[in-house]
Amino acid sequence: MATIPSFYETPSPAGQTGIRAWLLTHDHKRLGLMYLWAILFWFVIGITVGFLIRIELMTMGRTIMSAQVYNSAFTLHGVIMVFLVVIPVIPAIFGNFFLPIQLGTDDVFFPRLNLLSWYLYMFGGGLAVVSLFTAGGFPDTGWTFYVPFSIGTKHNVPLTVFAAFILGMSSMLTGLNFITTVHRKRSPTMGWMQIPLFTWSLYATAWVQLLATPVISITLLLVIVERLFSIGLFDPDKGGDPILYQHLFWMYSHPAVYVMILPGMGVISEIIPTFSRKAIFGYKAIVFSSLGIASAGSLVWAHHMFVSGMSDTAVFVFSLLTFLVAIPSAIKVFSWVSTLYKASIEMTPPLLYTLVFIYLFSVGGLTGLVLGAAGPNIHVHDTHFVVAHFHFTILGGTGFAFFAALHYWWPKMFGIMYDFRRAYIAATLATVGFLFHYVPMFIVGLMGMPRRSYDYLPQFSRGNGLAAVGGMLLFSGIILMVVNLLLSFRKKTPATANPWGGCTLEWTVPSPPPLHNFSKEPLIKEYPYDFSDILKNPPKN
Amino acid sequence: MTNQPDQTGVRISMWLFLYTEIILFGGLFVLYAVYFYDFSADFVQGGKELDRVIGTLNTVLLLVSSFTVAASITAIRRQTKRLCLLLLASSFLCGLIFLINKYFEWGHKFAHDIYPNSPALTSGPHGRNIFFGLYYVITGLHGLHVIIGMTLLGVSFVLVYQNKITAQRFALLENSGLYWHLVDLIWIFVFPLFYLIL
Repeated sequence: MATIPSFYETPSPAGQTGIRAWLLTHDHKRLGLMYLWAILFWFVIGITVGFLIRIELMTMGRTIMSAQVYNSAFTLHGVIMVFLVVIPVIPAIFGNFFLPIQLGTDDVFFPRLNLLSWYLYMFGGGLAVVSLFTAGGFPDTGWTFYVPFSIGTKHNVPLTVFAAFILGMSSMLTGLNFITTVHRKRSPTMGWMQIPLFTWSLYATAWVQLLATPVISITLLLVIVERLFSIGLFDPDKGGDPILYQHLFWMYSHPAVYVMILPGMGVISEIIPTFSRKAIFGYKAIVFSSLGIASAGSLVWAHHMFVSGMSDTAVFVFSLLTFLVAIPSAIKVFSWVSTLYKASIEMTPPLLYTLVFIYLFSVGGLTGLVLGAAGPNIHVHDTHFVVAHFHFTILGGTGFAFFAALHYWWPKMFGIMYDFRRAYIAATLATVGFLFHYVPMFIVGLMGMPRRSYDYLPQFSRGNGLAAVGGMLLFSGIILMVVNLLLSFRKKTPATANPWGGCTLEWTVPSPPPLHNFSKEPLIKEYPYDFSDILKNPPKN
Repeated sequence: MTNQPDQTGVRISMWLFLYTEIILFGGLFVLYAVYFYDFSADFVQGGKELDRVIGTLNTVLLLVSSFTVAASITAIRRQTKRLCLLLLASSFLCGLIFLINKYFEWGHKFAHDIYPNSPALTSGPHGRNIFFGLYYVITGLHGLHVIIGMTLLGVSFVLVYQNKITAQRFALLENSGLYWHLVDLIWIFVFPLFYLIL
């Protein structure tokens, strides 16, 4: 088994060399890595823009940019982070790389379609870049492109919206591919309740991607149509109703936040049992809560619109449904914590990121209930409270899950180990920075500071000053983390096939895996989190 | 492993893809539903202005073409290549006539100053503007799908001609056929919503 060349040495299709072996590849692992570099690029751009916004808000009045630039900057930050980073980050990188391996198969169902998804992603990203510099510059509408402003503004809305449309197609095709792969390419001996939880979460996510994305596609197309032909479907002067745009938009964009968080929860469900050396608590409960979040989460979109003037009955129903989503999320958190209880915990960088995730995500989830409740929502609607809430769930949740996944699977993907000490420092720095950044935003939000505003009243200056300091710490922590991972290519400390003592299938193959993943038919365990073999032969580092 | 493609998997994913197309139009039907509720009288009035004869003709054309596509799949499975090509060509032709009809229908409306953002529409009743706005958006997007469907049928035609689609391997033809049925299905909803509202 030791002599099988890794997928780096075996191009697929065979015979391609150099850059062509990557750009024309059908190998899910190479595609996963190509997504990794592309998404990391956008992620660094995204956090840099976010950081600049934070610096701008550090002091009252103009700090580093004009109000016009500020409007485009927060739109750019939102568009990059939502469409180019957070939605694809875990499914496209780790899903592509590990879903087939966890299922005991050699590739996704449609390898060429997978390549097409990557090209659509790159094309969409390229269009976003072009829209920065053409026809009026990047939109100043916020990533939500609300009408009527998005129809009226002179900035380059159509091209950016079209870029988001293309990225939606990419995401949809990935979802389609994953669903088919889970159904048709799963190892024949693997039953539904033997699928690892990460793959389960991707499966639930894929359904949401498939069910919800077409709605945003049509909504974005309508914005383009309105820009080109001014039909007036959302223009009150011509009989249209702008609120309908918001409904259509959130019908996708709320489920999309579950596209963002579910795979992150899947990552956490893998990491916790591995470093607890213990079967995960409530495997089935986690599976069904993933499906529950995916289905209930598709029915809550109008909680973004409580102040838009809809009927009290609708507010009541959507508020109730929003509260229901909290139940499966809480089931997961309790299951993770129960797994840790009385476990022989081994502390590693991925576990540290995971623990931070649980804490930050819980805060994010609970503040979500404040927003989902019809009464308090009126008070905090469109304030920095909302911004802090979703950064707790998306950066503290999905972001930290992404960092955990990077540290967990890095040795598997590249066959090398990174420096632990720097990883711990980076994680601590990022966490402390995170709290200093976003906790003050909750407070200034409750005090009434509106989001997306360029300037603020004197009573908000202490909170914003603190947040800027937190932003600097957070930014440097994340940069240090990325640098530390990249430095591992220099030292090239080799990693073993199973450095952590994981027991899902990806840890049974060499690091990095060979082209067809398995050199012999993989043995599917009765239960995916059975650690009895690992406990007998603990991994040596 | 890929020598024997998994036909069931291909079919599953095609159905999933068709589902996304239905949702794409679903968003527009939601708009229609809300605006019909708001402007029922104007919608009924607008519907009377559309040419029911051409609409019915187009419906018949698409239904016939759906039949010929389905028959072409049976034909290739029975290894009657000539018949298959003939049936595919007639489906393609039906699609083409559909588009030509649509062209004249739209042209006729344009001639009466009914086009997006036309002064006649924007200064008239709101409901009428929305009705014709939706009419152009929905039939336009549907027309785009007709063109995509015809392209798929054309590709299938060439591949059948080159013997690349055979009685053993006809997934592409089958999926093109499914896509064409989808185009038909959507029209079955579009037709009564615009031409037959009372």
